[in-house]
This record gives sequence, C-alpha cells and structure tokens, in this order.
Amino acid sequence: MLNIIQKFINKVLNNLFKKKGHIKLGLYGPPNGGKTTLANKICQDWLGEDMGSVSNIAHETREIQIKEQINIKSGKKELTFNLVDTPGIATKIDYEDFLKVGMKDNEAKSRAKEATKGVIDSIKWLDDMDTVIIVLDGTKDPYTQVNITIIGNLAAREIPVLIVANKNDLKKFNIKKIKAAFPQYDVIGISAKYGKDTDKFYEALFTVAVK
Amino acid sequence: MVTLQLVPYSEIELLSSVGRIRKLLNIVKEDKIVLLQGRLKKEEEAELIKVTMEEINKDFKGIELAVIESNINKKLTGMSRFKATLATALIGDRQGLTVIGPASVVKEIKRDPSKIELLTKEVRKKKKIRKKIKR
Repeated sequence: MLNIIQKFINKVLNNLFKKKGHIKLGLYGPPNGGKTTLANKICQDWLGEDMGSVSNIAHETREIQIKEQINIKSGKKELTFNLVDTPGIATKIDYEDFLKVGMKDNEAKSRAKEATKGVIDSIKWLDDMDTVIIVLDGTKDPYTQVNITIIGNLAAREIPVLIVANKNDLKKFNIKKIKAAFPQYDVIGISAKYGKDTDKFYEALFTVAVK
Repeated sequence: MVTLQLVPYSEIELLSSVGRIRKLLNIVKEDKIVLLQGRLKKEEEAELIKVTMEEINKDFKGIELAVIESNINKKLTGMSRFKATLATALIGDRQGLTVIGPASVVKEIKRDPSKIELLTKEVRKKKKIRKKIKR
C-alpha cells in the first residue's frame, strides 16, 4: 500500500515539475531488435548526427546512451525529448556465443561482462522513463518472456508504450504476429535502417508521448 | 538427465520478493527446472532478470523463463472479476504456471498463450530433447 501511495506522490510531483523538453523517451527491447539503428535514424533526422554504433553481433550497446533536447515537428505539432538508448534485455548471456562469431577469448568475456551490467542498468532505468518505445525485430517471434516482462512492467508503472516492429524491409517480416501478441498497444512497422515508414512512426510518437 | 522441481505457491507465499527470487534461483543453479505454481509479480519478474545478470559467471549462464497465464480471470466479468483481481493483489497470483530453467540445460522455451515448448540440451550427447507442456 505504501508503495502505491509513494508511486502516486512521485507521479504528481513529476507532472508538476516536468518541463517541456525534459521528457525521457526510452528505447527498450531485446538485443539486436534495432534500438540503436532507430536512435541513429531519429538523431540523423532531427540533429544530423549519429547516436551510437550498430552491429550484427548481439549486445553492441552495453551502456545507457542519452541524446538531449531532440526537437521533432510534424505540421503544427512539436515534441522535445531526451532520447535514452538502452542495452538489450536478455535472461542469459554466454561469452561462448561471442567466440562463435570470431571474437578472441578476452574480448568475448569482457563483452559478456559488460552486457550483463547493461541489462541491469536497463532494468534500473525503467522507473525513470516518461514514454517508452519497444523495438522488436519484426522477423522474429515476439512472444518471448523478456518482451512480456518489459511491457508488463511498463504497464504496471503506467508508462505510455509504443511498439515498433522493425525490419519491415525483410521478407520474413510479420507485423500481424506482433499485433496479435500485444493487441492492447499501437504497433508501427518500420525499417530503421532504410528509413521506411518512419513518418508513420513519428505520427504515432506524437500521439503516445502526449498521453 | 533433466530434473524438474515443482514449487507450490504456498512455498513462496510468505517470503519477501528478495526471498522468492533467491529461493527460485538457488534451485535453478542446481541445474533443475523450476515449475512454479502461479506467477511472480511483474516487478519480481524484472528483478529476477536483474539478479540473474548479477550472478552470471563461467558456470552460470543465465536462465530461460516463461509464464503461462490462466484464462480464468479473463473470462470473469463485473464483480467476480473485481474480486479475483483483489484476491490476486492480496494473496498473490496462484493461477497459471511459471517455468524457470538454467540456460545451460534449457536451450529455448517457445511459447504461445496456451502452450509452451521446452527445448533442452544434452551437453554430452549434443542431442535435443523436446518436451511439451500443455495447459
């Protein structure tokens, strides 16, 4: 009960003191969904610069990255936010997986260790977000416990969520599966890599961020 | 050989969140697959992932996790639904089933809302064993 009261007080205080431009927009999801690719696309579109490096090897982003004061416009609408790119959330990390893709032993161990810290940080930061974009690989099965746990935790914290089904440039892409798995949320199909349908993404972002 | 350990909800009912996670993880770290009656709170699920990450080392690679939710509460309406929600908030969620396995034993848990498919790995023979648990 105390927890509920504390959450309520925090929410009221946050709303009272939230200034325009101080909205924290988090990018969450499993590894290799395309969070940093989308972060780069947003930053390129509105700031003309990249946010972080991307790779086909999982856990490329192992630290929280923040880009402040991104201002996006669509017609008369305007939204300013701090973009928070988070490491992918996983329930298992095996350094041997990195050896299989050609990394040296020390490099693989170090990447695995950093990746575990990254997951911990991502979960710790959940409470600080004002709006969250869940970035899922639209070619993969969305019905994983990691996805369900992240979305469930955001719902419990009453944080607005937009689901992005990424990689709609690929043949295996299936947005219907994602919509069926999370019917209570808006799902937007995009290709962050090629910028396909990102206009629809920005429209949806305006709607969800002002909730 | 794969060992399954059934944990009735009554065994974790009186424990704190930290205690629940500790108990379940200790079983998993003995290379056993936990079948927990009911489910953890959403925050506890996230905490379980966090604690798992803190404990990963060369012997413990993490966990595979899946929760099958019960449809019973979803079918209820009006006052019955309110009562069920209140009961869940007060005494915990005893409906459904939570499966937690060590990543060294469980290769993957494929799931849809009504069934889960557990793929285990046999380290010595490199042979996959398929098990199906249906509601």
